[in-house]
Amino acid sequence: MSQFKVNKTYAQINEKIREGKAVVLTAEEIIDVVREHGPVEAAQNVDVVTTGTFAPMCSSGAFLNIGQSKPLVRTTRTLFNNVPAYSGVAAVDCFLGATQTSEDDPLNRIYPGEFNYGGGHVIHDLVAGKKVEIIAESYGTDCYPNRRIEKVMTLDEIPNAIMCNPRNGYQNYNCAINRSDRIRYTYMGTLKPEMGNANYSTSGALSPLFNDPFLKTIGLGTRIFLGGAQGYVTWHGTQHKTEVRRGLNGVPLTPAGTLFVMGNLKEMSAEWLVGQSIRGYGCSLSVGLGIPIPILNEEMAKFTAVSDEEIFTQVVDYGHDYPNAVSKSYGEVSYAELKSGSIMIQGKKITAVPLSSMVKARKIANLLKASIQNGTFLLGEPQHFFYITNMAVHRHNRRVESRCISVFYADFRHLSFACLHFVRTMIFMIKGLS
Amino acid sequence: MYSKILILHFPPEVAQKAVVCHLTRKFDLLFNILGARVSNRKDGYMVLEISGTRDSFKQGVRFLKDQGVRVSSAEQEIWRDTEKCTHCGACTAVCPSGALFIKRPEMEVVYDKDKCTVCELCIVTCPTRAMGLYSKKNTEDMMQ
Repeated sequence: MSQFKVNKTYAQINEKIREGKAVVLTAEEIIDVVREHGPVEAAQNVDVVTTGTFAPMCSSGAFLNIGQSKPLVRTTRTLFNNVPAYSGVAAVDCFLGATQTSEDDPLNRIYPGEFNYGGGHVIHDLVAGKKVEIIAESYGTDCYPNRRIEKVMTLDEIPNAIMCNPRNGYQNYNCAINRSDRIRYTYMGTLKPEMGNANYSTSGALSPLFNDPFLKTIGLGTRIFLGGAQGYVTWHGTQHKTEVRRGLNGVPLTPAGTLFVMGNLKEMSAEWLVGQSIRGYGCSLSVGLGIPIPILNEEMAKFTAVSDEEIFTQVVDYGHDYPNAVSKSYGEVSYAELKSGSIMIQGKKITAVPLSSMVKARKIANLLKASIQNGTFLLGEPQHFFYITNMAVHRHNRRVESRCISVFYADFRHLSFACLHFVRTMIFMIKGLS
Repeated sequence: MYSKILILHFPPEVAQKAVVCHLTRKFDLLFNILGARVSNRKDGYMVLEISGTRDSFKQGVRFLKDQGVRVSSAEQEIWRDTEKCTHCGACTAVCPSGALFIKRPEMEVVYDKDKCTVCELCIVTCPTRAMGLYSKKNTEDMMQ
């Protein structure tokens, strides 16, 4: 006996997709449907909800096999347009990482560095169909005597190219401020001193893992939109964390789950894999990622209906705290506040700056929606889940029950804040008038 | 209402005089200082956005020139490669004049060239290098 009123299987939804009858909505569109009709009716009518995100994801890269030469070579050092790739694997295999800088980059010796070309840019050039200069060296062995090869190749000519990103799709991330008195150049963008701006990087309500906070439908084998092609979730990502503080809706309040994703680089496009030069920090790669979430039951409908107002993150100081590994939050803000353009921290209004493209995220969710509707994208049923043991879910549920009472008090607190704010505004207005 | 961004170069002897405030006093012009470096020993410059009627603008500029200030308009301008721009928003953190801003609720990055002070901060901040500096003649050619 199921605990849900609506019960669908992956096979049933895939059958509907094949017949072209599946009802698909984006993670933004489902919000109003669930609000209006409730999760049960929404789950009866909607089959899949699509998500999307497009932002720098530093833990990305590709395994490349550059093909053998005559005589044979076992490469120990491989350069793509002068960007080194890790070659401590067999024969002519290597891993090109997104943040790897070019050999002749002055780095931060001329501070702040510009980082004009790196691993992310090579990947971008490859998927754009450009020619890439490859130089590989070796110490030479009896079986692999060749010591140096040079060639110019396009992605089509490279025998194998597999995108392999050890950490993508971070479930929530810090909002960065700078409380020091000098400008800071970070992976969270340029941060002006004295809390000049607050930078954040997520697509909020469209972000994949906000829509399935306990990864109940995302696991090994989940088929995804990756860099413009169909890819897969192959494991959880590095720094994957399940035991974190969560809101009552289950959404983590701090960085939590991550995904390890893979796909065929040869099928990907330059629109969805874009090299990044982050001033003073380094190179990276912006990755387009989208995950379809099957609405198996009313619980999933409820999860996917999460809106920016209900997703919160922590404001972290990158001027002093973060570099010194001090874990401290200067406030909890919602993505609705961040997307409004300014947040209030310690009584100061700070401009909120996004680093994640909502325009592209929306486009990914819509592309994914279209390809499910026209039957070219079928759901992949997970063969293994990485999240949360049942214990953790139970713990969360118990906490929700026990906090139902305290929620009342929290609401009461918000109300009193609102009253206070109103009175203050009135006083200012009266003062202004007189 | 007429509005234009001008670059004023002050030779050392002019740098000590009160000049710019007369734009408001005598010519009823509004000015917004977008950038400045003025010292009473060396020569200095000021980037001003001046607004008012077209007539008073002309008179004001003539007055500045009479006072020994060299007046020029920006010869170079910032151009956005819309193909490269991913609308991430990183540039809006550094743009001092609000020429680059986010249109809500679409969250699109909009570039209003009229507000640009050509400070060039966006060029190195843009992660995809979508912003570039071009001479005005070139961009006019590009427009055609």
